[in-house]
Amino acid sequence: MHNFDFVKPSSVADAVRALSAQGAQALSGGQTLLPTMKQRLAAPAVLVSLTGIADTKGVRLDKGALSVGGATAHAVVAKEARKHYPALADLAGGIGDPAVRSRGTIGGSLANNDPSACYPAAVLASGATILTDRRSIAADDFFQGMFTTALHDGEIITGVVFPIPEKAAYVKFNQPASRFALTGVFVAKYGSGVRVAVTGASANGVFRWTEAERALSASFTPAAIAGLSLPSDGMIADLHGSAAYRANLARVLTGRGVASAH
Amino acid sequence: MTNVTMTVNGKAVSGDVEGRTLLSSFLREGLGLTGTHVGCDTSQCGACVVHVDGKPVKSCTVFALDVAGAAVKTIEGMANADGSLGVIQQAFQDHHGLQCGFCTPGMVMSAAALLADNPKPTESEVRHYLEGNICRCTGYHNIVKAVLAASGQDVAAVAAE
Repeated sequence: MHNFDFVKPSSVADAVRALSAQGAQALSGGQTLLPTMKQRLAAPAVLVSLTGIADTKGVRLDKGALSVGGATAHAVVAKEARKHYPALADLAGGIGDPAVRSRGTIGGSLANNDPSACYPAAVLASGATILTDRRSIAADDFFQGMFTTALHDGEIITGVVFPIPEKAAYVKFNQPASRFALTGVFVAKYGSGVRVAVTGASANGVFRWTEAERALSASFTPAAIAGLSLPSDGMIADLHGSAAYRANLARVLTGRGVASAH
Repeated sequence: MTNVTMTVNGKAVSGDVEGRTLLSSFLREGLGLTGTHVGCDTSQCGACVVHVDGKPVKSCTVFALDVAGAAVKTIEGMANADGSLGVIQQAFQDHHGLQCGFCTPGMVMSAAALLADNPKPTESEVRHYLEGNICRCTGYHNIVKAVLAASGQDVAAVAAE
């Protein structure tokens, strides 16, 4: 890997200043960025670690919603979200493996927006709000395609606010080598209706399956979506599964999510 | 170069590192603690797992400077004070939880993290927890038995469940 200057600020303001340097790049848990840098797919001149900022860490209830700091590790969400939002805790506890979950963070996952990452599905299905150093962004506006988000250069995710659903579930079909989602579906039932977000399937990244949302808002049962199908156009196709396979998997996992929602 | 200080196996250490110096490189090359193995260097295999402030991490996927000031524990810190094998290490020997031994440091560190969190895991919990530690020799059976034995459980009874 190419060398770089390493800085670890202790406040969001200092981190924003450090990120304004030429060639600066934010580092959160580094579980994607370090392997990327080893392959020289990224070669920042300055690396700004975001894990030294105390007020961007932790999980707390705030006005009936669950607020998760941007630099909170997956293992912490898996534990601390358990009694407030169990489906979110399940998702966090199923990312990668235990050592990855000690380091990887929610903010890092969202900023990267890997098309097979788990967190984008929870954030989109929950209609969560992403807080940054300068604004708040609705989940529906945040994800803008594979590895693309609404974040500006140097903008830092400081937290995510999740409205807590009546019931929810995340069902992930593991790609066993990478432990990313071959396809994963997050189903969340709110008083205002049901939201369904699918990750790992579309070449455009996480998306809402609105047809299923309408059917499940009318009747929250696996039978309500049994007759629906997702078009395979634009789905990811690779040696692990064809586009049609992923489209079908998304439907099957949605049904399982409805059946297991808690 | 920047000077980094941390606590490794209870001792304060320091050394000059570059920004890109990985924790695994600092431990092995900077401190001579070659018990931590680098298998894949792509965060897949888990041979390099050490504890940072009590949490298991893949030391090939952490910069040394990012854990400045932390308490790090490596496989060298797992033996008893008199140099005899610690409980988990002894269980790996007793149950032949290794063949070539390359993955063993990471296996032992992950097992220690599991047992700290969940002192009496089921067989399935052990297997699930060790997902990020790859062994190409053993087929895992004896590793799982060793971890169950280290937890003080009757291996035959738990493994039969």
